[in-house]
Amino acid sequence: MISIQDVSKWYGEFQVLRDCTTRVDKGEVVVVCGPSGSGKSTLIKCVNGLEPFQKGEIRIENVSVGDRRTNLPRLRARVGMVFQHFELFPHLTVMQNLTIAQRRVLKRNVRGATDKGLALLEAVGLKAHAQKYPAQLSGGQQQRVAIARALAMDPIAMLFDEPTSALDPEMIKEVLDVMVRLAQDGMTMMVVTHEMGFARRVAHRVIFMDQGRIVEDRPKDDFFKDPGTERAQQFLSKILAH
Amino acid sequence: MSLGLPHTFLGLDWSIFAQPAFDRSGTYFQFLLVGLQWTLIISVLGWAVAFVIGSIAGIMRTLPGRILPSIAAVYVEVFRNVPLLVQLFLWYFVMPELIPGIGMWFKQGLNPLLQQMVAAVLCLGFFTGARVAEQVRSGLGSLPRAQRAAGLALGLNLMQVYLLILLPVAYRIIIPTLTSEFLNIIKNSAVASTIGLVELSRQSQQLGEFTAHWYESFIAVTVLYAAINVAVMLAARYLERAARLPGLVGGHK
Amino acid sequence: MPALDWSSIPGALPFLWNGMLVTLSITGVAILVGIVLGTLIATARLSANPIPSSLAALYVNGFRSIPLVMVLLWFYLLVPQLIQALFKNPAADIRLVSAFVAFSLFEASYYAEIIRAGIQSVSRGQVSAGLALGMSRAQTMRLIVLPQAFRRMLPLLLTQAIILFQDTSLVYVIGLSEFFGVAYRTGDRDGTIVELLLFAGAVYFVLCFAASSLVRVLQRKIAL
Repeated sequence: MISIQDVSKWYGEFQVLRDCTTRVDKGEVVVVCGPSGSGKSTLIKCVNGLEPFQKGEIRIENVSVGDRRTNLPRLRARVGMVFQHFELFPHLTVMQNLTIAQRRVLKRNVRGATDKGLALLEAVGLKAHAQKYPAQLSGGQQQRVAIARALAMDPIAMLFDEPTSALDPEMIKEVLDVMVRLAQDGMTMMVVTHEMGFARRVAHRVIFMDQGRIVEDRPKDDFFKDPGTERAQQFLSKILAH
Repeated sequence: MSLGLPHTFLGLDWSIFAQPAFDRSGTYFQFLLVGLQWTLIISVLGWAVAFVIGSIAGIMRTLPGRILPSIAAVYVEVFRNVPLLVQLFLWYFVMPELIPGIGMWFKQGLNPLLQQMVAAVLCLGFFTGARVAEQVRSGLGSLPRAQRAAGLALGLNLMQVYLLILLPVAYRIIIPTLTSEFLNIIKNSAVASTIGLVELSRQSQQLGEFTAHWYESFIAVTVLYAAINVAVMLAARYLERAARLPGLVGGHK
Repeated sequence: MPALDWSSIPGALPFLWNGMLVTLSITGVAILVGIVLGTLIATARLSANPIPSSLAALYVNGFRSIPLVMVLLWFYLLVPQLIQALFKNPAADIRLVSAFVAFSLFEASYYAEIIRAGIQSVSRGQVSAGLALGMSRAQTMRLIVLPQAFRRMLPLLLTQAIILFQDTSLVYVIGLSEFFGVAYRTGDRDGTIVELLLFAGAVYFVLCFAASSLVRVLQRKIAL
């Protein structure tokens, strides 16, 4: 579904991604981890074209992301994305956050968009908050709304960019629970996160990145049993020590 | 043609600036220079008034107690909420009538040009002073409160604390905003044309009226204003660099 | 202090009111056109393409480096010739049209800078979120960035409108009779300049002070 082939990216002289190659198949959950500055967030933003890259190719259902002729908005409308800082639109209510792209991008009618929004809010346990503004919600609630907002577009895949790293510890679980359910329902997911518990429960594969390079890309059980590289071992022991 | 310009350029006749002015004071080029000179004179003198009054009012707003801060606040509000042109006419037509002593001196002791100059300088000074006061206040307000306490703890009195400790840093912080106020005072000085002061914009109007070469006149004066603008900005950049403190407000560690 | 004679003011009130209508119409037109044009210029200035961004910068810096008095004189020179060229028989009040054009274009340069800062204050993440939902750049700007930017800029936009309201008095230099012009000419005719100028100043003060106090209340509300 998502294939990443030899992708490299530079900020001026500085190379942030080095020949990254991997793929995410339909229904697969892939967790991307690695120390900060390893390029994992940059990589996931390249997938839906939010960050340009200079070399290599990324394809989503055989549509090339880097191709200038690709209609990026249409492509992005089919790929959901959840951000580290939620990025709910503060001037819109929760319901408006859920319906704005359905209406303006997918051209759904008010009724259909609202029904869809309500169903998804119910699924993430926030139906009662539909008319509130984002600032009136806790971080965990906001992130659940953000997930519902992405799902409202009926995406073929979901990208998560460190969805819990801006949350207080007691709110992480409520967000991860939603993500676990999504994974169990068979959603194709690419998740940048340090939550190894999440990876153990639902990931099919784990990718470990360091200094812009994909260092490990292995089935989950292999990765946790015996990380091949020393860097990954160090990283895991540091994360698990918390 | 003394300016080294072609007589016609862009379809306009630039030789007009080499011709004698209607008032026989020299060429029209010199005529504009007179305007430039008055623009600079009232701007700089107005700025001096604004800087002193604005600093005093800005400091007053940060002082303890009620009376002094309120007086300064009233000053700022009055001079910010009345149009510049109205203020100028009040200084020029009303002040001499309402304040007998100064009014007599103004009306009898000064020739018309000096009357215009005094009114323009006071107007620009008090108008801009209200804005400077707000900036001085915010500059002082941006300093850590412990600075004042530290100064007092050393045995300095409040006046010394302001002069030796707070103001030297506050002024450095607000150099950029003071620069834009200085640019504003130069632009605002053009209102003095309305009471007949022969500053730059007045001269450009007169030149247009007497020669009908409006475009040449307006283009020349517009370019002069833009040039003053650039010169002031360069000077301000130099001042900012010279006044920079290591490790503070953009300085080097 | 001489005794003041306020007797000519009541009779002048209808004329002063008409002048105030001119003042308000110039202010209103300049706010509307200024904000719309200012928004376009601000987005051009933030464009990644160097051609629109440098043209916008030239526009903004050009207008901001010359006195408003000169801008008014310029347009009073240009607009009548344009009108003559466009319409054979100019029926419009040329001074008023010149003032509309001059203030609209002049204010656009000031509004553009306020709006640019407002747009830049909206985080990049918000733009990413809009794009990630499949919105085009224009949609993201219109639906996500500008509504937030305008909310944040509102106090500054209103303060600029108050400054504009005061600045309209400068149409005196092209001989247009708005509120201040009427006051001055009435005073000049009746020999009551002192009284009329004091009255005009008081009116401006009351209106502008009330408006800026409201802006301050609004600012506190937005900050919460």
